[in-house]
Amino acid sequence: MLCVLTFQGFSQKYFTQKGLVTFFSATPMENIEAKNKGVNSLMDISTGEMAFTLLQKSFEFPDKLMQEHFNDKYMESDKFPKSTFEGKITNIASVDFKKDGVYNVSVSGKLSMHGVTKDITVPGTITIKDGKISASCKFQVKLVDYKIEVPKLVTQKIAESIDITVEMNYEPYNK
Amino acid sequence: MKQSLKLLAVILTLFCTVNVQAQGLLDQLNQEAPKTRDYTQATFKGLRVVSGQSIETVGKNNLVFLISHRFGRVSGSYQQFFGLDQAYMRLGLEYGVLRNLTVGVGRSTMQKTIDGFIKYRPISQQKGKYNIPLSVALFTSMAINTTPFTDLTRTNYNSSRLNYTFQILIARKFHEYFSLQLMPTLVHRNLVLTTRDKNDVFAVGAGARIKLTRSITLNGEYYYIIPGQIVSSVNGEKVRNSLQIGVDIETGGHVFQLHFCNTQGMVEKQFITEATGNWLKGEIQLGFNISRNFDFNHGAAKHTSKKKKEDKA
Repeated sequence: MLCVLTFQGFSQKYFTQKGLVTFFSATPMENIEAKNKGVNSLMDISTGEMAFTLLQKSFEFPDKLMQEHFNDKYMESDKFPKSTFEGKITNIASVDFKKDGVYNVSVSGKLSMHGVTKDITVPGTITIKDGKISASCKFQVKLVDYKIEVPKLVTQKIAESIDITVEMNYEPYNK
Repeated sequence: MKQSLKLLAVILTLFCTVNVQAQGLLDQLNQEAPKTRDYTQATFKGLRVVSGQSIETVGKNNLVFLISHRFGRVSGSYQQFFGLDQAYMRLGLEYGVLRNLTVGVGRSTMQKTIDGFIKYRPISQQKGKYNIPLSVALFTSMAINTTPFTDLTRTNYNSSRLNYTFQILIARKFHEYFSLQLMPTLVHRNLVLTTRDKNDVFAVGAGARIKLTRSITLNGEYYYIIPGQIVSSVNGEKVRNSLQIGVDIETGGHVFQLHFCNTQGMVEKQFITEATGNWLKGEIQLGFNISRNFDFNHGAAKHTSKKKKEDKA
């Protein structure tokens, strides 16, 4: 009986609806940065499974015309409203969720956006502080991999690879 | 008894685990995701359908610099270089006070007009949290003709150079490839040529956008003036309903609109109530609008990051 309880207690999930994903495109001509502050994520610390979902249209650009072009021309947000990631922390055993610290992890899974799904493996960190779990990660996405076409006229302004930064502060999920 | 309970617990746990796994973390997350407002974007590419206002507003804290030209009649033959020898121009600045509130000013060389306007869109087409099938915007402008009075024998009032326009813009993006807009319009002219000309001119406009490629749309705009309101001719020509057709080409931060119109006006009173060209006779003009978007959000962000650096130093 105790064994069962421990198992259930261990199958703990953490959740956020206010995660931050930033994308940054750097070219000598122009730097473009956009923030999405409403990223949903669920993490199961017993298995290391992670899921992320975000609405393309929630990316905020300082230049609103650019935001419209991003949705209308590049990401085709009406057709593909969401980007998702579903994967697993492959070295979950190395994270001690009961002890404060910064743990380096590797996450593998499927990243879907613009109607294309790709397997990716990215490095990240899990930070435990006062029992609170936060996760962050930085990786690059190549536009061609996701069939995001950039017209020749603006290739100098939009980078071929976009830097993606993920920052999540998780809360316990009670369901 | 104790044992069977234990067994039951194990089975239940297993069942639950299996159940959860079958559902998947992502599916579970999708169920949790709150419903957000999903605003319809790019009903039109530009702030103008062609010459008239579109439902689109300038982004908050963004400024648009709009340069418009209307050349002479294409029917003007090679001697006038098909109208390109002569042009009217309007320079305009439009600022997004709120996401759905835009204010603007402009100056046209035609009748040396200065105009100012307010466009407010209380209803935006959206789905998700709320389902609203169309957008509605209210537009009002005032324009002043600053050319000297020609008839100095009578008492001239400065107020007679003023005219006003009121529009309700109702638009719907039906599909990625097709948007439609209707605009009931009232143009009030403080001074008209004859007593038979109405000061208030009612017109109904319709505009449409068809997406041709990712960067190019085909736009058209027509204003139907309810008959019997305008009797006087303009430059010796009968006033006709305004018809304007063009393409919008979007290149990064610019929207480039290239079109043919049967009027050279770029202010509502001019292109709605003073259009005289007959399309069938080739009495049309080539024109263009170029808009450039500037954002002050970005400037502010840069400024603060710079400040932070300075603070650190």
